[in-house]
Amino acid sequence: MMLFEGTDFWTVAVIVGLTLVTVITRTFFFISSEEWTLPDWAQRGLQFAPIAALAAVVFPEILMQQGQFLQTWMDARWVGALVGGAVYFWKRNVLLTIVVGMLAYLPLHLVLGW
Amino acid sequence: MFLKPENFRHSAFMEGVKDAAPQAPGVAAWGLMTGVAMMNSGMSVLESIAMTLFVYAGSSQLAAIPLIAVGAPAWVILATGFCVNLRFMVFSLHLRPYFMHLPRFERMMHGYLTADLSYVLFTRRFPKPADDAETQLVQTAFLAGNTCIVWVSWMVASFFGIFLANIIPSNWGLGFAGTLCLVGIFCSLASTKMRFFTATVAAVTAIAAYALPLKLNIVLAIVVAVMFSMSLERLQKPTGQST
Repeated sequence: MMLFEGTDFWTVAVIVGLTLVTVITRTFFFISSEEWTLPDWAQRGLQFAPIAALAAVVFPEILMQQGQFLQTWMDARWVGALVGGAVYFWKRNVLLTIVVGMLAYLPLHLVLGW
Repeated sequence: MFLKPENFRHSAFMEGVKDAAPQAPGVAAWGLMTGVAMMNSGMSVLESIAMTLFVYAGSSQLAAIPLIAVGAPAWVILATGFCVNLRFMVFSLHLRPYFMHLPRFERMMHGYLTADLSYVLFTRRFPKPADDAETQLVQTAFLAGNTCIVWVSWMVASFFGIFLANIIPSNWGLGFAGTLCLVGIFCSLASTKMRFFTATVAAVTAIAAYALPLKLNIVLAIVVAVMFSMSLERLQKPTGQST
């Protein structure tokens, strides 16, 4: 049966391990049932975490190329992201952001090789 | 947990679904390319399916795939996955007061299913944890609907990627749709000067520290940006309640 072709025990064990890693990291502070509350200042500080996380993930995706800051402006990603961002501020719609951003990105990337 | 009737029969469940639905194509594009990447690295169909179903963490999967392919030591792969996932620990600390009223298994299921996107959308919708039982249920049901749509689009797309790996071109950059999805949500959040400041600090830190291994630049950027933002907030306390 094709399904089991090339499956080895070691890889399956690694997958089990990675599953535990996901569970532990995503639920780390949910595990203990002990009663404690974060100090107010920490709770307020965490409200900055969502936008910080997004910025930290997104900007390197757009502006880094092989471990370095973009060496050329001829890169389809920042153009796509800029167009997508502009569409978001215009229409307030993430779906349109994705579609129009891709319409800007794909021709530059596929035709011009940016 | 979207399988619990109390959650999916609640009207807030559909609200969560609707909130996440515009993002679904971005999640799907990402899942598709992750499916393709697993198969192209030489993982078997069964391994790829198991990884998709259980690991359920795109960035740690993408980090682990090449390591599995070259047969790196298991502890290196797990340590890599752990570091790439460190940001989730920050998220779980933030979400803790929202879900501690739930039994342990349930709140851990919610945590397991809450990846970056649902975390951001959930905290955008509910900046504060609930004080009463009814609002708690609304929040839980909302998150259940939200994680449900993200889970389904990720799974379906990953399976397409696994089974159609040899006909989906991986150099077209279709995964960029996932980045654009985050760009859209980012723009939706960048609505105050304070958040703009937080985002700038995070972006600069993440880029400046890019050379750090294991995507540690991301968790570093979160910590630095949160600390800078708190200091700034403290400095301008009299006027600044603008998070």
